[in-house]
Amino acid sequence: MSGAASDAGDAGEAGDAGNEAVVDARGERCPLPVIRLARAVSEAPGLRVVTVLATDPAAAHDVPAWCRMRGHRFVEARAEVDHTAYVVEVVRPSTPEAAR
Amino acid sequence: MVSHDPGTNVGPAPSTPSGGSQHPPSGLPEDRQRRPATPLAPGTRRLLDAATGPLHPVARDTLRAAVEVGWADPAAFHTEGRRARALLDRSREVVAAGLGVRPAEVSFLPSGPTALARAVDGVAYAARRRGARTVASAVEHSAVLVPGRARAAAADDPSLLAEVRVDGTGRLDLDAWRNALAVPGSVVAVLQAANGEVGTRQPLDEARAAAGAHGIPLVVDAMASLGRDDVPSAWDVLVGDARSWGGPPLGVLVVREGVRWQWPDARADVEHGRTDVLPWVPLALAAAEAWQQTATTRPEDDRVARALVDDIRAAASVVPDTEVVGDPDDRLPHVVTFSSLYVDGESVVGAFDALGFAVASGSACTSSTLEPSHVLAAMGVLTHGNVRVTLPLPAVSPGVADDVAAFIAAIAPTVRGVRDQLGVSDL
Repeated sequence: MSGAASDAGDAGEAGDAGNEAVVDARGERCPLPVIRLARAVSEAPGLRVVTVLATDPAAAHDVPAWCRMRGHRFVEARAEVDHTAYVVEVVRPSTPEAAR
Repeated sequence: MVSHDPGTNVGPAPSTPSGGSQHPPSGLPEDRQRRPATPLAPGTRRLLDAATGPLHPVARDTLRAAVEVGWADPAAFHTEGRRARALLDRSREVVAAGLGVRPAEVSFLPSGPTALARAVDGVAYAARRRGARTVASAVEHSAVLVPGRARAAAADDPSLLAEVRVDGTGRLDLDAWRNALAVPGSVVAVLQAANGEVGTRQPLDEARAAAGAHGIPLVVDAMASLGRDDVPSAWDVLVGDARSWGGPPLGVLVVREGVRWQWPDARADVEHGRTDVLPWVPLALAAAEAWQQTATTRPEDDRVARALVDDIRAAASVVPDTEVVGDPDDRLPHVVTFSSLYVDGESVVGAFDALGFAVASGSACTSSTLEPSHVLAAMGVLTHGNVRVTLPLPAVSPGVADDVAAFIAAIAPTVRGVRDQLGVSDL
């Protein structure tokens, strides 16, 4: 579980793109794509739509499951040439539960 | 002759414990939720992954003894061979009686998955002039789905395997099942009695009625439930694995009289023409002994396991961002699984292991493949951060109630610890 690209700035693309963001998690193993999706949503309160690019097959199940568990809306999974794009509509900002 | 004679050991279940290694059913104290778990002695393990064993202690004794007296080829005509044949026949009678069937309907195969694949092959071959399509739930054992997909791929015909959807608890969608069976060319239906990963039981009565309406035999995979749950009655072909009732690995294939079933490679003299490998008789004896032991204590074992799993479900469900999956009530007594967001299965299993707990996981990161559990995926639940508990029989692990109490206390801090380590506690 090293996640080669995890230092590429998790919510970097989210910060300057207004209410849409792309999280590039290609090549990363579960649960990193979901972690980076959650981080993008938590760090940019204005985000409305996040697209996660992933190659990990578990993302196909875990991105929709994350949406269901956290109250967001899973829009679609789009097959691209060498990865899948998962589009998520942020229904409400995730509130960090500080005191775990 | 050995003192522990398996010839008598597989007779009617004794009313008194036979041998010092048998443990009485461990009762559950009324105040189990408040009682702190006994601290673990160094090196002691808490077994919470009993899907594949260990052996029931009496079955283990029987196996040792049977190695001495039942080693011979049961097809041989010398004294040793005849003795092995008699022991094999006796074992078959015990298992058949336990399942409520005739001995001629029961065959022993090398493993449960082998028996399951053979069960499907035999129905399909017998019906080969009517079609080649298999209808199975999406959460069936890989011994059904993997060869089914391979056949469909080889024939370049995806319709040869219908993987019927399940709901969020893992239960079969009966409308989709009926629609799939109505497709022309459907010749074999396969459904689990209950799922061994999430515990959910399947609606066998309705599923068999639907298959029967089209003249399609139903193969029921009871590999996770035999010895733990009621023996299913709604089936045409039944498959079990002696491991589920505390026995050794041994496949059990039951073909109900009158069901059209044929295996083209059969040698008629071996296990009623359903395999080409004679079973190793000591395994059959140990399986029969384990069945008798487990059947005797099952009502109490069921009650104890059900309550312990209820406790685990309650404890796991209050861990933040964690969902307990599978049907909470209509389920196997001894199986429970939950998934926690943002942690990987390997880390969480490793963290529990370091504390002395042996638990399983359906997450991709814990297997050699990138694919997570197809069961969790079909249910649409989280596949990462998955932890699966399969409680051992109390006779196998007399301290199981204490182990569960300790596990319940460890769930929340362990998940929190892994999240801290991964730097995801703020999510």
